[in-house]
Amino acid sequence: MKAEIRVALVGNPNTGKSTLFNLLTGLNQKIGNFPGITVDKKTGFSSLPDGRRAEIIDLPGTYSLYPKSRDESIVFSVLADKVHETPDLIVVIVDASNLKRNLLLYTQVADLKIPVIVALNMMDMAKKDGITINIDSLSKKLGVPVIPISARRNEGIDKLKEAISYANKFALQQQSIDVKTIAPQLVDAIAEEMQLENPYYALQLAHQHEHLTFLTPEQSSRIEELEGIHQFHSQQAQAAETIARYNFINDLLYDTVKTEQTAQEETLSNRIDKVLTHRVFGFVIFFGILMFIFQAIFAWSSYPMDLIESLFIWMQEGVHKIMPAGPLTDLLADGVVAGLSGVLVFIPQIAILFAFIAILEDTGYMARVTFMMDKVMRKVGLNGKSVVPLIGGFACAVPSIMSTRTIENWKDRMITIMVTPLVACSARLPVYTLLIALVVPNRNVWWIFNLQGLALTGMYVLSLVSAVVVAWVMKHILKARERGYFIMELPVYRMPRWNNVLLTMYDRAKTFVIEAGKVIIAVSIILWVLASYGPGDNFNQIEKKYSQPQYGQKMKPTEREHAIASEKLESSYAGYLGHVIEPVIKPLGFDWKIGIAIITSFAAREVFVGTMATIYSVDGDPEEIQSVKDKLGTARNAETGQLTFTLAVSFSLMMFYAFAMQCASTVATVYRETKSWHWPVIQFVYMTALAYTASFITYQLLK
Amino acid sequence: MFAHTFMKKLSELEVGKKGVIKEFTDLEMSVKLMEMGCLPGEEIKLERIAPLGDPIAVAVSGYMLSLRKQEASTIILQ
Repeated sequence: MKAEIRVALVGNPNTGKSTLFNLLTGLNQKIGNFPGITVDKKTGFSSLPDGRRAEIIDLPGTYSLYPKSRDESIVFSVLADKVHETPDLIVVIVDASNLKRNLLLYTQVADLKIPVIVALNMMDMAKKDGITINIDSLSKKLGVPVIPISARRNEGIDKLKEAISYANKFALQQQSIDVKTIAPQLVDAIAEEMQLENPYYALQLAHQHEHLTFLTPEQSSRIEELEGIHQFHSQQAQAAETIARYNFINDLLYDTVKTEQTAQEETLSNRIDKVLTHRVFGFVIFFGILMFIFQAIFAWSSYPMDLIESLFIWMQEGVHKIMPAGPLTDLLADGVVAGLSGVLVFIPQIAILFAFIAILEDTGYMARVTFMMDKVMRKVGLNGKSVVPLIGGFACAVPSIMSTRTIENWKDRMITIMVTPLVACSARLPVYTLLIALVVPNRNVWWIFNLQGLALTGMYVLSLVSAVVVAWVMKHILKARERGYFIMELPVYRMPRWNNVLLTMYDRAKTFVIEAGKVIIAVSIILWVLASYGPGDNFNQIEKKYSQPQYGQKMKPTEREHAIASEKLESSYAGYLGHVIEPVIKPLGFDWKIGIAIITSFAAREVFVGTMATIYSVDGDPEEIQSVKDKLGTARNAETGQLTFTLAVSFSLMMFYAFAMQCASTVATVYRETKSWHWPVIQFVYMTALAYTASFITYQLLK
Repeated sequence: MFAHTFMKKLSELEVGKKGVIKEFTDLEMSVKLMEMGCLPGEEIKLERIAPLGDPIAVAVSGYMLSLRKQEASTIILQ
């Protein structure tokens, strides 16, 4: 259904824009792409009091229409894109406790002469700070509706919807500054040549034409030419404009906003900062929080995970019981269900991890981590802002690589993109937990530390260390394109919005199940087919061989079945594939079965568990269905009769998964973000080389 | 009388002390700083220094802003 009115949501970061977006649209959201630009477009629908449907577009938070980063460059592109239809109405959300800085963006947006409504958020905070705002007078002076809301408390949203439905088709706002004085001849020339009515639009084109995709190359170079003729200096013009705008804002606020001169008592945020960014406690607390998160992931998820695991074993048994024995039943039970269970069992861990990350972001703590870490990060070629993608990388590299768009500096951003996939993402978690559970005893050391938890923490620390080392190396290889800087707001501490946290958990778990599920079902089926059938009449030969009388006498029936199954696997297509790469991976301690798992994992790491489940189900005793862990724990090498998963093999495998670029989605995302195959190829090669080396050293040392 | 002719930079402010922005020494940086509310005539207070000595956090225009010392050195105070 097509929306009857298109509304764009614009505002500074940390103004409650996404909370408002969630309130307006509920769960009725979708992520798409902006035409021509590879930045996610969050849209949703909202029904208005008059029965119409409004499409709400959430634009990235920005302080100004002049972009400092890739993320921010979307805002003007969308508001000005006349080729693809500009929005009918813009809702500018402003923080009432910090009107002055927030109004800069408003005046810029208003001067584009698209109908505007101001949503005045955080009125309660402003009141607490002793700020009184004369809303009627503000609205009259601006010439637009000003609606006080509290997005956190869900107040004023109905009024805002009403205002949206009454919104005029014509822009009624007062002009804020005289744009033409900034670059008089140039603005006129561009306006005339491109038949534009709006002088500010013309000025913005002069500043931004180079990265606007809706302009044709001819238009862009003509603007460039005009700039040369009229001696336009972009930065000087911007400085003049910003000063003029703040003058307008100061006049505006002079008699509409009163700030009580309260005794300068220290704010709560300030007092919290004294502890959280303390030179000693700051780091202690930060590492304490990380430690707590990893312990929690293990401790809180064990019960729901056991539940999911037993549910799937029950399902697998059920399928075998209900359906007639045959290849289809085997495919369903041993291929699909076994593969899925290996993945779905990790939903609790992923949900917990994403919940913690959402809380850290939401409270404003993440900005403090950025503040504390900037100096260290800069030393290794990163940026304080790289901390967010790196920590986000613990959850998933894909959204983290997308979040590097907030890093203004090209070199810092590229290095962050290159090292983020090294951070131990949640897809590695299934692999690590499985292997750790196999070889590391589950007991406590030093009072509270669980040995398995420590091993996992070790893998996480290793991932961070490797990311830092690689970043440092790249710092010396890559050349800088422009100077880097770090100007960032430290938002006031807030309680996390629990709705938001739950929404993030739900959203991420859902995406994980759908995205990973698709790959896993496909891989499970392909793998099952490859493992169940072989070239030529190999399988018949095996059956024939074992039906000879000497086997019947020497072996018990179950033993014979087992021998047949395992010989069949070895001569299946999958077996052949495994054998082909076996010589390469043998120095790492891997046999051909693990080889199969590694090959399939190049689609996505979490496939490992499903693959192992499938391979060992085919191989194992069909009468007894075990969890993956039990299957691997009892697996023995066919030649030596030793346990397959020794300490050396397990740790070598973990090293391989720690470093190898086994994630098709990440490769695709890096391509999308860097717009070239150059970077994903380099990344894939260096990571695989690292993986092989680390694995080789680990196995040779531990064996 | 001996006049203080040297320019005091934001990066030289002590923790807890205030100053008023006079001008900038770097045009590119000034555009970005002004957008974030650091305008000539605006009062600015150094709130804290990051544990490792850089960056710094300042209170300006009613909120908290963090920037690197090198960037703060382009802001000249009255």
